[in-house]
Amino acid sequence: MIPFDYRRAQDPADAVTAVAERPGAAFLAGGTNLVDHLKLGVTAPDLLVDVSRLPLDGVESLPGGGLRIGAAVRNSDLAAHPVVRERYPMLSRALLSGASGQLRNAATTAGNLLQRTRCVYFQDVTTPCNKRDPGSGCSAIGGYTRYHAILGASEHCIAVHPSDMAVAMRALDADVIVLSQDGERRVPLADLHRLPGDAPHRDTVLDHADLITAVELPALPMARRSTYRKVRDRASYAFALVSVAAALELDDGMVGDVRLALGGVAHKPWRASTAEEHLRGAPATVETFRRAADAELAAAQPQPGNEFKVRMARNTIVAVLRELAGAHGMGGEHR
Amino acid sequence: MTLQANAMGTPTRRLDGAPKVTGTAPYAYEQPVKNPVYVHAVQSGVARGTIRSIETVAAEAVDGVVAVLTHRNATRLADVGDDELAVLQSDSVAFRGQLIAAVLAETPEAARHAARLIQVTYDDEPADTELRADREDLHAPEGEDPPDDRSRDEFAAAFSSADVRVDQTYTTPMLHNNPMEPHTTVAVWDEESEVRLTMFDSTQGVHVVRSTLAPLFGLRPEQMRVVAPHVGGGFGSKGMPHAHNVLAGLAARAVPGRPVKYAVPRQQMYALTGHRSPTIQRIRLGAERDGRLAAISHDSVEHSSTVKEFAEECGKPTRSLYAGAHRLITQRLATLDVPVPSWMRAPGECPGAFALEVAMDELAEACGVDPIDLRIVNDPELDPKTGHPWSSRRLVECLQEGAERFGWAARDPEPGRRQTGGTLVGMGVAASTYPCFRSPGSVARIEVTDDGRYSVRIGAVDIGTGAWTALTQIAADALGCDMELVKLEIGDTDLPHATVAGGSSGLTSWGSAIVEAARILRHEHGASPRVGTTVEAETPDKPRGVAVHSFGAQFAEVHVDPDTGEIRVPRMLGVFAVGRVINAATARSQLIGGMTMGLSMALHEVGVMDHRTGHVVNHDLAEYHIVTNADVGDVEATWLDDVDPQANPMGSKGIGEIGIVGAPAAVANAVYNATGVRVRDLPITADLLLR
Ligand SMILES: Cc1cc2nc3c(=O)[nH]c(=O)nc-3n(C[C@H](O)[C@H](O)[C@H](O)COP(=O)(O)OP(=O)(O)OC[C@H]3O[C@@H](n4cnc5c(N)ncnc54)[C@H](O)[C@@H]3O)c2cc1C
Ligand code: SF4
Repeated sequence: MIPFDYRRAQDPADAVTAVAERPGAAFLAGGTNLVDHLKLGVTAPDLLVDVSRLPLDGVESLPGGGLRIGAAVRNSDLAAHPVVRERYPMLSRALLSGASGQLRNAATTAGNLLQRTRCVYFQDVTTPCNKRDPGSGCSAIGGYTRYHAILGASEHCIAVHPSDMAVAMRALDADVIVLSQDGERRVPLADLHRLPGDAPHRDTVLDHADLITAVELPALPMARRSTYRKVRDRASYAFALVSVAAALELDDGMVGDVRLALGGVAHKPWRASTAEEHLRGAPATVETFRRAADAELAAAQPQPGNEFKVRMARNTIVAVLRELAGAHGMGGEHR
Repeated sequence: MTLQANAMGTPTRRLDGAPKVTGTAPYAYEQPVKNPVYVHAVQSGVARGTIRSIETVAAEAVDGVVAVLTHRNATRLADVGDDELAVLQSDSVAFRGQLIAAVLAETPEAARHAARLIQVTYDDEPADTELRADREDLHAPEGEDPPDDRSRDEFAAAFSSADVRVDQTYTTPMLHNNPMEPHTTVAVWDEESEVRLTMFDSTQGVHVVRSTLAPLFGLRPEQMRVVAPHVGGGFGSKGMPHAHNVLAGLAARAVPGRPVKYAVPRQQMYALTGHRSPTIQRIRLGAERDGRLAAISHDSVEHSSTVKEFAEECGKPTRSLYAGAHRLITQRLATLDVPVPSWMRAPGECPGAFALEVAMDELAEACGVDPIDLRIVNDPELDPKTGHPWSSRRLVECLQEGAERFGWAARDPEPGRRQTGGTLVGMGVAASTYPCFRSPGSVARIEVTDDGRYSVRIGAVDIGTGAWTALTQIAADALGCDMELVKLEIGDTDLPHATVAGGSSGLTSWGSAIVEAARILRHEHGASPRVGTTVEAETPDKPRGVAVHSFGAQFAEVHVDPDTGEIRVPRMLGVFAVGRVINAATARSQLIGGMTMGLSMALHEVGVMDHRTGHVVNHDLAEYHIVTNADVGDVEATWLDDVDPQANPMGSKGIGEIGIVGAPAAVANAVYNATGVRVRDLPITADLLLR
């Protein structure tokens, strides 16, 4: 192992300063992703600033009905939180569908958002990868693509963001609270993760020494009827082939409002805005759901080896919307 | 005469159970040694070529590094004609992931870090790693005579005139054994001692490790000792020594007097410790309208490595499982720039039975007969392979009892029609078979000790199967005493020679030797032999003129989500006829373990070889999927009340492998029954069932 320094941050500002002072420093939270990468040689920070014990582990209701989730809240605690389960069930389900019980006990909110892709070539330092080693080439293109993107990829990188939690948060229009040496700012989750473009080594818009302190969810009454569906290669402990986070509000047989986001398809949690537009105000029928899904996926550019994801995403979107519509008493219309 | 069963047949608890669950059972890597050196290996980054340069200065400069071994400075080994074991002996690279260097250091961290600093350049050559059935360089395995023209013609005639024909191709992917305990070795080289090289090794056979490695290092067998205290699974990958064992020896040789500890990291196992070759299998079945088989053929193609030939003999089950006058079985290999394939649980039988048993399902449908009835009408009276009578063959009973217990009658023969709660439901069946091997050459020694007990010694290995317990039960019955009076010692070359724990042959081979020794003891020394009395006996010869096989019937129920194609298997049932079950608890574990591994093969496991580089890219347990608990529903194994007196003196047959044989086909057939989609290529994944 490459020797590195370890330091436990005293408070958020101290953490930011400590990382800002060393270009090779990194924040350490649960370590379930970062420590793996240290062992694999994917990254080699010379200082780890431990933020997992900062007092950022609260979940608080906000005036106006929103929810503030501390950056260090453990995934399992967040999933089990009564307010989350009641008001944002899709988030609870997304969390519980990820990783394993042991990992969720260690993993944190911020660490989960900032976990890196599971692309096998990225994780294997003996294979070229633009994300790990800019300019070295993308091994996935023309290689093993089963877990890769169908939307928003570039010729430089076709990786997907692996988080389940982030997909639900994207559907919920979450904001990320970031502390830097310049003070605190609010970054919409929509803008946090990037598409790869010609700089796939940059997963997010955050800079070195930007500390995530919290995630805020807006009040969204419709999210009480929401769900998360993850399609995967085994029943647990597998990343999504495709996942769907959705909330649906019906108004007399018509779609009043809808939130729809996809996982496993892009370099960022993918908000299905095109589909949402098709859905709003349209009759809540399977036919509408299909058309909306097709409209969203019209832009899909699968790789040889993951063409199936287009149909899988479409079917899953339809199934999830059908299920949510069914929960509104529209169960009769099945496929 | 078959042994009277007292201890045998009871579900006696594992003797090694308490130490294992309390974490006190020492595995090879946990042997307490003083002042060890840790090994971390470097693997080749190309699949074919020669090493042009290998720069080790930076690695040697790392604090704590003791030595860096490469082909330039490693001890020269004797050539034993097995290139897999010629580790660090030349600059040539024959597959991606081959061992090309190793760091020895005071800590595992320093060794791993330094290994990464070694810079290697290659003169690489294009590598050829892709198995295809249309390759022009396919060849029969060494020592195998392909069928002659006459049998080919006869088959062709019988097949083309058959009323009903099935002609399909099935494939299985590259598979990796992945035992829970990785391959580990602790080795000490001692110039001063009579025993030069001592190895604590995670192996399925201590004697085979010694007999293979001693000559490489120029040692006589007595100069080497191998100990396998507890072993966390092998599934064949520890059945013979692989390159890592040699590296451990080379490392020990480099630091005489200091123990070296080497645990192969999980990621490195995918190239180093053996795998199951991918297979491409064409099955042709020609039958009369009622399903009676007239012609059976099984043509299989597998890969082998340029380093060493290994043939995954898929045709094996087809030689014996069903009647049918005309039979044509061929095998061809492509010798590729791939890691060295080796044994994996039921080599040959497992992938072979997948192809054959799915083809039988297709034939049943084509004939309009129930898959169980099809197997019943084709149950052969004599072994079609040898013409010998069966010692016992109770496949039909297994099928019938299984059908009854599983509720087979509820299956709709028309696929894709049954649903519960919006989920497609299907059932499938397949037959299982595995030969009862007896390996010659094991020796058991029984000594009467001064505490009035019997010391039973044999160099067998318990790789987690329960052999320790079962052999104690056998010894107790053979001696006619309580189990408490038997003190069994295994897992050490200081004990009498024993064959490998493989081919489901362990209890037959070792148990027969123990029974024979006990028989001699009683015959020559009576019921109360004097303290110190010692007898030794070798495994008696296997019976001649009789075909001895285990049989079984496997059933699976499959649920498929019509939207996403996701597959769940809520229940599986296996009914087996395996002779006497020596220990009901450990036997059940073996059978359901095999079935679960078969389920895993059916739905999940695939080693993804990137043919541009010859690299298995999904080389860890996050990416190489094995079933999780959530994927495993109610897996039940049961057996007929059976004793096979011709199999061995215990009346038992092997059980370690039969559980995996047939399980993948039962699942695949159930998927077809649920969906109407016939998937002939494993693994069966959700995307293949999308509509
Ligand atoms: C085998 C396996 C299976 C998995 N399966 C799934 C799955 O199915 N679905 C899924 O969603 N996830 C899965 N995961 C990933 C898991 O969710 C992440 O590893 C985890 O959420 C990361 O959180 P952590 O707190 O451990 O982060 P760490 O590993 O500590 O950190 C991750 C990154 O975040 C940075 N970071 C941490 N905290 C902050 C902060 N406050 N501000 C700024 N930067 C910060 C770190 O510097 C690092 O770059 C799996 C992981 C493994 C190992
Ligand atoms: S897809 Fe992205 S992460 Fe994967 S190899 Fe290509 S560049 Fe690297």
